[in-house]
Amino acid sequence: MTKIKSLDELRQKKQQLEQSLEIREKSDHPESMIQIKVAMATCGIAAGARTVMNALVEKIRNEKIPAVVTQTGCMGYCYAEPTIEVKKPGQDPVVFSYVDVKKAEEIIDKYIRNNELIDGILPANYQTI
Amino acid sequence: MNDLALHLLDIVQNSLSAGASLITIIVDEDLIKNKLSMAVKDNGRGMTQEQVKKLSDPFFTSRTTRRVGLGVPLFRQTAEQSGGSLEVTSEPGKGTLLSVHFQYDHLDRPPLGDIPNAVVLMMSANPHVDFEYKYSYNGKSYEIDTFQLKEVLGDTPLSDLHVMGMIEEMIKTNQSDLKVCPIQ
Repeated sequence: MTKIKSLDELRQKKQQLEQSLEIREKSDHPESMIQIKVAMATCGIAAGARTVMNALVEKIRNEKIPAVVTQTGCMGYCYAEPTIEVKKPGQDPVVFSYVDVKKAEEIIDKYIRNNELIDGILPANYQTI
Repeated sequence: MNDLALHLLDIVQNSLSAGASLITIIVDEDLIKNKLSMAVKDNGRGMTQEQVKKLSDPFFTSRTTRRVGLGVPLFRQTAEQSGGSLEVTSEPGKGTLLSVHFQYDHLDRPPLGDIPNAVVLMMSANPHVDFEYKYSYNGKSYEIDTFQLKEVLGDTPLSDLHVMGMIEEMIKTNQSDLKVCPIQ
């Protein structure tokens, strides 16, 4: 594979990609996608949130899961970092704690694919801290 | 924090919390002057003089979810332990500039880490914010911004994971090209 170096090459590559993959218009319908938010404040980053985010991106890309990965700030669960919040369309968000690469894959395989709950879910907060 | 790219992610998170719509990231490796500098500039809501002074205090934070804020103090400590410094200038309503300098060959300077990956993660995780990124190596530089990228990508969002990989590859190729010595 030739390496992309200039913006023109990027444009060409993108067109090839569109033809081969038929990219969905994600930005227009974010509510119909699964949204994954990785907590990326000091506490999260220090605990390895970036590795987790890269792993999520990689797996979602390879397995063509209809999800977007975004980042968020500190949710107050510094002791349980890295944390990720998964919001499926029409459902309440679920926050998973102590997520490492293995756990991230488990979340995709079990929760995202099969709606199966796994250990390490943080209870929902009904009050502001 | 294992490397400087992680600190960068952390500092940019502050800019995002300040409601910035344009964030400029500058990384400058200058081996000739034995200096490594990084800067993050945003057009967020800014801080008052008082708040800037309190930045190094780990018990100062604007957040309400917990009472400590370690991002800037940790970064400052890292800079100072490696013969460098960290400065913040800010004006309410205008934005904030954080710049940090390191002695390049200082034993305690953490490695730079994967800056292109950090930049691309930020771009794709925050498609509504514009980013400018400039990387320099011994005076030669490479620049990229989301205005150009969005124009090239058209309808395809920056958050598309395939596109993300391509952009990361493009930045990395250009950066490593800067490090090649031209044949005299």
